[in-house]
Amino acid sequence: MKNTALTMTHEALGAKMAPFAGYKMPISYEGVTVEHETVRNGLGVFDVSHMGEFLIEGPNALDLIQKVTSNDASKLTIGKAQYSCLPNETGGIVDDLIVYRVKEETYLLVVNASNIQKDWDHISKYNETIHAGMKDISENYSLLAIQGPKAVEAMQALTSVDLAEIKFYNFVVADFAGIEHVIISATGYTGSGGFEIYCKNTEVKQVWDKVMEAGADFGIKPIGLAARDTLRLEMGYCLYGNDITDETSPLEAGLGWITKFTKDFVNSEALAKEKERGPSRKLVGFALDDRGIPRQGYDIVDGHGKTIGIVTSGTMSPSLGKGIGLGYVPTVFSEVGSKIKIQIRKNAIPATVVKLPFYKG
Amino acid sequence: MKIPADLKYTKDHEWVRIDGDIATVGITDFAQGELGDIVYVEVETVDETMDKDEVFGSVEAVKTVSDLFLPLSGEIIEFNEGLEDEPEKVNTDPYGDGWMVKIKISDASEIDSLLGDVDYKALIGA
Repeated sequence: MKNTALTMTHEALGAKMAPFAGYKMPISYEGVTVEHETVRNGLGVFDVSHMGEFLIEGPNALDLIQKVTSNDASKLTIGKAQYSCLPNETGGIVDDLIVYRVKEETYLLVVNASNIQKDWDHISKYNETIHAGMKDISENYSLLAIQGPKAVEAMQALTSVDLAEIKFYNFVVADFAGIEHVIISATGYTGSGGFEIYCKNTEVKQVWDKVMEAGADFGIKPIGLAARDTLRLEMGYCLYGNDITDETSPLEAGLGWITKFTKDFVNSEALAKEKERGPSRKLVGFALDDRGIPRQGYDIVDGHGKTIGIVTSGTMSPSLGKGIGLGYVPTVFSEVGSKIKIQIRKNAIPATVVKLPFYKG
Repeated sequence: MKIPADLKYTKDHEWVRIDGDIATVGITDFAQGELGDIVYVEVETVDETMDKDEVFGSVEAVKTVSDLFLPLSGEIIEFNEGLEDEPEKVNTDPYGDGWMVKIKISDASEIDSLLGDVDYKALIGA
């Protein structure tokens, strides 16, 4: 089991720790509901240093990224980031990721912790003929997510750049919390605004301490992975391993917007055909009409009790106060307003397909 | 973590308070901590007579769901209606206002099979 550079800090704060993707990670500190609401209404900080980071460099960097990712990275200028995915050769998804253009010929790929090796092997396979520079810096870099509506105001004291000027999915490399050359990225997985901060493991304790100090007047709290999951699910953001996998296509997962057929990429021909005929099933968001909480793996059934799909993520939504989830259903059931049922143990609970995000701020 | 000495316990992390032939049942401080924020307690077995170890309900927390197992055979005579509006009582007062059901015990000899506080502490490594 690996630790992040902050594992001892979390333990000292009394966090409930659990293994996640090979790392000992904080699941919650005070309770998932309180932590969730802290991010929605104030300010929270997450240690998500388990995430993987690859540098792709050199004159062939863009070619490699264009080949392995589904979004169009040629649109990225320096200082811009892009959500994307790595399609596999059989119609599914190797991983989802964020691509940052750091310099003219330097890109940073941020991938899921549980997929670091798989992604590296997959990208390396295509790099055999493209010959870009590849470096896995996951073990040396830490990542803090500072999220919530008070993030800009609370963190401004820690940097010389004007945080309010960094637009969504833009980033700067600047001073932060007394450390030079930190990536300050206006990204996140919560839907409540804020920043993600990339720095070296040796620097992250200082950054964490200064963030907690600067945030104190704004009621900052450390937030665990449990609330990270309820926050992202309220936004309808996909979680790799749940909602998207090696077996789900980006089109059926609703990721058509990051699948750009203006270029050639891994499996793009087959995906273009799938787009043309329309996927036979789709990932939808649904809310329960009656009391109940959907969970990953529960069956989705029709009015006659016939299984038509499966729940891929589910929770009680702290903001909405009802059970919400994502799941795959046949396309005929995917229209907003469609009535489905979720099989929760002995009971089939009525649910309605809703427009994402669940939480609208 | 509180583990009152005057209660009996099960390996499924329920506590039992015996009062004559009536047993009051809830989940332990350890169990509520492991489950996290409890959203509701579902018990649809009131008035049913069930055997020890049968599932009599479930606890839904934000992150997970857990079955409730009957610690003693008997008739479920009451559900704690207070939990309908305030399920968080299970988190804040697991041995008091967070109680879940009352059972009319049908076989008092089963009480001997329950754990004492010392054995329960050992079970959870407290």
